Amino acid sequence: MANMPVSEMRLPPHLTHLLAARRLDTAKVSLSIPPPLLPPPLLTARASGLRSVPIQDVLSLPEVELMAILDAGLPTARAAVALVSEAACPPCQTALTLLEERVRLGGGGRLATTLCGLDEALGGGIPMGKLTEVVGPSGIGKTQFCLKLALLAALPEYYGGLDGRVVYIDTEFKFSSRRMIEIGQKSFPQIFRQEGLAQKMAGRILVTRPTSLADFTKSLEEMKVTLLQHDVKLLIVDSMAALMSLENEKATAGFRQHPLRGTLSFLKSIAEFSRIPVVVTNQVRSQSNDDGYHFSFEVDKKDGNKCAERFDSHLVAALGIQWAHAVTVRLVFESHSGHRFIKVAKSPMSPAVAFPFIVESSGITLLSDESIDVTGPEITSIRCQDISPGQNVLAR
Amino acid sequence: MGEQSGKFLLCSHYILIFAWAQNAWDMLSDEQSQKHITTGSGDLNDILGGGIHCKEVTEIGGVPGVGKTQLGIQLAINVQIPVEYGGLGGKAVYIDTEGSFMVERVYQIAEGCIRDILEHFPHSHEKSSSGQKQLQPEHFLADIYYFRICSYTEQIAVINYLEKFLGEHKDVRIVVIDSVTFHFRQDFEDLALRTRVLSGLSLKLMKIAKTYNLAVVLLNQVTTKFTEGSFQLTLALGDSWSHSCTNRLILYWNGNERYAHLDKSPSLPVASAPYAVTGKGIRDALHTNLREVDATEQATTVFLYLNVWHILHSQIEKQLQGGQLPIGMDNS
Repeated sequence: MANMPVSEMRLPPHLTHLLAARRLDTAKVSLSIPPPLLPPPLLTARASGLRSVPIQDVLSLPEVELMAILDAGLPTARAAVALVSEAACPPCQTALTLLEERVRLGGGGRLATTLCGLDEALGGGIPMGKLTEVVGPSGIGKTQFCLKLALLAALPEYYGGLDGRVVYIDTEFKFSSRRMIEIGQKSFPQIFRQEGLAQKMAGRILVTRPTSLADFTKSLEEMKVTLLQHDVKLLIVDSMAALMSLENEKATAGFRQHPLRGTLSFLKSIAEFSRIPVVVTNQVRSQSNDDGYHFSFEVDKKDGNKCAERFDSHLVAALGIQWAHAVTVRLVFESHSGHRFIKVAKSPMSPAVAFPFIVESSGITLLSDESIDVTGPEITSIRCQDISPGQNVLAR
Repeated sequence: MGEQSGKFLLCSHYILIFAWAQNAWDMLSDEQSQKHITTGSGDLNDILGGGIHCKEVTEIGGVPGVGKTQLGIQLAINVQIPVEYGGLGGKAVYIDTEGSFMVERVYQIAEGCIRDILEHFPHSHEKSSSGQKQLQPEHFLADIYYFRICSYTEQIAVINYLEKFLGEHKDVRIVVIDSVTFHFRQDFEDLALRTRVLSGLSLKLMKIAKTYNLAVVLLNQVTTKFTEGSFQLTLALGDSWSHSCTNRLILYWNGNERYAHLDKSPSLPVASAPYAVTGKGIRDALHTNLREVDATEQATTVFLYLNVWHILHSQIEKQLQGGQLPIGMDNS
């Protein structure tokens, strides 16, 4: 089993390549291309009893070292690289086949949030197969939003849900079943009046509480089988920043970037190959001197004015710029001018717009479906003026 | 191909044989007939000298959300604009490492491009399109070859495989990698290995660009660097990578507008230009003209101008070789 090539496992082609690439299978993907495809010099090289070489090494070693391992000349080493590259390369698709597949899978590839303005701005809802980030200061309503999404994914399809299970990874111990049932009862009274339905819905939501990043990664690994077999339709991580800050406390300075690596692309590949929406919550932090804001050519052109544009009351999202690049959709929850806003800060499908909202007993509701355009530096900044307690209308 | 024609240089003391050399005059006519891929925004095309150049590697970097993927998709669509409408009529290879390729947006941008073509060439649907590309978004989508890459191993594999793939698909005119950075920021602890692998990749990409006469566009992310007493933004992957690309375009926010800054080019001056991301794709920013400029019009004009120049130039050359004076030079 250890040397079984991934191609021999009976998996659909795109999964084979994803699994092989992510090394999610325990097998070491080895240079086990069937003999008829190998040119004769390569065959003899392998026959001389050399252990199998991982694909990763074949492709990243210098040619000289590869020649030494294969015990062959330069043309053979080059032929080996070309052959392995072709085998390791993912299958070629066209944008049209992607579109047809999207159409065939149906559902528009979105999870509708029932907030009409937001759904319209996002092209139907939270996209499937992509990473969506929800970031905002504490107490603004991120967990309420996640609870509502969890509920929506569990609902049957004729009520607009995904009729599937939800995995909710709760790192800050904020998940409240009571609150979620309350949201359900207030938003969909006709469903929840039915006998036993509340229990059924709640039963579809699996909550796990990892205490460290290692725990989290381990549970994700175990979950990927569950994701495929058990019809999980949504994965929520609330919150990612809390996991990272746990790691930062343990790690020494200089390794700040490390915890993110691997976890990030792992989450993205889970999202893609299981084709479910993944929603991750993030915290905010105040601006520090470590944040760069301008390119060197910008600083040269203008004088000190640019520095004055850093508003000290503005916050930035935690987890850094690498994380900001990696997420596909970023929803910023912020408060200013006496209201709270959901701002679509990054989306491939829509310009930056904001919607005012409140948190009430039925969860998050938009005050208006009319979007407010947001431009320039306001898109990336996060404002947090005092959230007055009167605005929080949570039933006790 | 021109580059491969042998040239002998006889010198009095020794014979030098340059098998692959080309003299600068031939290269000049090559450069002038070089095709450009319009970006959709006239201002952006202007600072780029007509658009993204074929036979060259262009790096495009910017902060998250500024429109790198949008520009990448726009180029993958614009390369397919048929020759009779001022485009290259080619196909595109899109290598997606981050999963940011949203196919509904590609459809939208294709529709926007077609709408602009029809607006500009209103009689096109009356012409019989025998063997020509039908102006339907589905046809544009069908000509984008898409690879989804999930690790740096796959990234190396696909770039190696491209040499064979492009030999089989000779009508590809652009290769977009979105983004070249992602996997190299994730899995690498060994920076020396990373530098070596990246420089190997960039050499292969340059070779592909030159051999198959296509444009290679690499999208890059930003990171912060401590220079001159403060932290500044800079493109990721380090200093040695920054030497690898022929052209560099940085997308950034200037106040409320998106700007593009041409940071590195062998033949054009450093310059900045505004652009906008609209529902139809990348277009000119509104305030630069009193009305919304039809970017295809500008690109077409530029391209036709270059074509006319080339035709004139080659005619003049032929006539000079034939011993005649070019037309109009008889009396002066």
